[in-house]
Amino acid sequence: MFRCTVSLWDSDEPVPRAELLKGVEGAHGLLCLLSDRIDAEVLDAAGPNLKVISTMSVGFDHLAIDEIKKREIRVGYTPDVLTDATAELTVALLLATARRLPEGIQEVKSGGWSSWKPLWLCGYGLSGSTVGVIGLGRIGLAVARRLKPFGVKRLLYSGRQPKPQAQEVDGEYVPLDSLLCESDFVVVSCALSPETQGLCDKAFFTKMKTTAVFINTSRGAVVNQEDLYEALTAGQIAAAGLDVTTPEPLPTDHPLLALKNCVVLPHIGSATYSTRGIMAKLTANNLLAGLTGEAMPSELKL
Amino acid sequence: MSGWSQLQFELWDSDDPIPRQELLKKVKGCDGLLCVLTEKIDAEVLNAAGPNLKVLSTMSVGFDHLSLGELKKRGIRVGYTPEVLTDAVAELTIALLLATSRRLIEATHEAKTGGWGTWRTLWLCGYELADSTVGIFGLGRIGVAIAERLKPFKVKKFIYTDVAPRPELAAAIQAEYVSMDELARQSDFLAVCCALTPETQGICNKNLFSKMKNTSIFINTSRGGVVNQEDLYEALSTGQIAGAGLDVTVPEPLPTNHPLFTLKNCVILPHIASASYTTRNAMSALAANNLLAGLRGEPMPKELQL
Repeated sequence: MFRCTVSLWDSDEPVPRAELLKGVEGAHGLLCLLSDRIDAEVLDAAGPNLKVISTMSVGFDHLAIDEIKKREIRVGYTPDVLTDATAELTVALLLATARRLPEGIQEVKSGGWSSWKPLWLCGYGLSGSTVGVIGLGRIGLAVARRLKPFGVKRLLYSGRQPKPQAQEVDGEYVPLDSLLCESDFVVVSCALSPETQGLCDKAFFTKMKTTAVFINTSRGAVVNQEDLYEALTAGQIAAAGLDVTTPEPLPTDHPLLALKNCVVLPHIGSATYSTRGIMAKLTANNLLAGLTGEAMPSELKL
Repeated sequence: MSGWSQLQFELWDSDDPIPRQELLKKVKGCDGLLCVLTEKIDAEVLNAAGPNLKVLSTMSVGFDHLSLGELKKRGIRVGYTPEVLTDAVAELTIALLLATSRRLIEATHEAKTGGWGTWRTLWLCGYELADSTVGIFGLGRIGVAIAERLKPFKVKKFIYTDVAPRPELAAAIQAEYVSMDELARQSDFLAVCCALTPETQGICNKNLFSKMKNTSIFINTSRGGVVNQEDLYEALSTGQIAGAGLDVTVPEPLPTNHPLFTLKNCVILPHIASASYTTRNAMSALAANNLLAGLRGEPMPKELQL
């Protein structure tokens, strides 16, 4: 049995920066969430004892990887265990956006529902459609698998190179521009990196179909939100669904929240009881393995 | 429309349903009638129409708004729109199921009204399809289509109940035939897909809900009359079941002061299951072609066996 002294920030609110810098002093290990920015300042405040950082997320854009690598600190994260929940939420968001569920519910509550009408609240169906996935990683592939039986005719994907696992979903590797021109549904599923920062901008949306639906459940910074707002209000694309924004939370007066054809969720991709339980256990086990110098269940290769 | 020298039609050209009195007046002497599900076609309408009426074409797959006995008695043929709407309805059923189980409506509300703080471990957690048991009440075309779409979400088991086993349909989705009680007891997600008949009227009542898991999700996209709404309210507000999603209610529209609207764990949509552009176009073309075939005395693309 391995014993350690744990200092716990025991609140639903994120730890204030000053508290974090004080609290990490001398720590051997640090368990954090994606809302904690772990940069040189934090690492310096921690000092030379720090040998492991364990994040309860699969994304690691909140970690200054170069600084961490320099200091030979090991990093644990939570891939795979959240793939199902996140892919499920991505499909939920796509369907809610394409079939106009929030609009429908709003009409129902406000007395806009009078009777069945042939063209009222019609949306875009997946049957016979072309779906484009940007970033066919674990989550992208899981999304593609779930969309297939809805009668998707073509599954396109883009990325740095083709993926052999795409064969399972009859995925076609195409240049990004082709994906944008041909897709009825565009799903962004890539990691946030310097290359993907602001990828979804005016040029991106201009190439899309006016009947297309745009879905982002990756990271907010992949999207230029002003350009998205323009595209939605000018009818350049039909609708958008976002589970991630910049910042998070999105201020309640943000223009995107006022659009009927934009569905915004508060970053709940992995939010199921079972998945969060598994993520928590994995994060703890990654940390403990790092502290004892053993192999982690899920170590991030730096 | 080659071969047609004279086809006169009268169109109720409004988005709102035709008032009853107008309908009774306009059907006089008609050979054919094309309707939607808001028109109750009963003895009164058929008598008002008179003996010319030989075909009734409805732009729906449900036919609970048609008095079949009265139609059969008068030798009137009936066209309807099965299959063309199966994909859209199955898709919307799953959209509704996921919106309910993953609490999308609560979530969008929090995002708009300032309830969204930073990422928190247990906030807005929902129930996952992975490793679950999905139960289907009434295994027809739509039930099968729903199961086919749910499969890649890693559902562990599909079960169904019906008036009798449906081995061919069940084989396609590897679903096990169970009693209604077992369906209630075992399902993590229960989708109602049956037709509305005297037997299924109000069948989803406290007898069903009391046997369900308190973590279960109940979805109805069939007909409102299948559900006892007071019992559903009880079940939801006392935590007997975790959540419900309805695309159909009694009445439609549901009055905005109905108690079900006060529940965070009840999602209500205004009967939009077949509301995709391509599907509504396909339904209207089929309804028109059914009507024309009936007027010509020819086989219909989709005739309802009376």
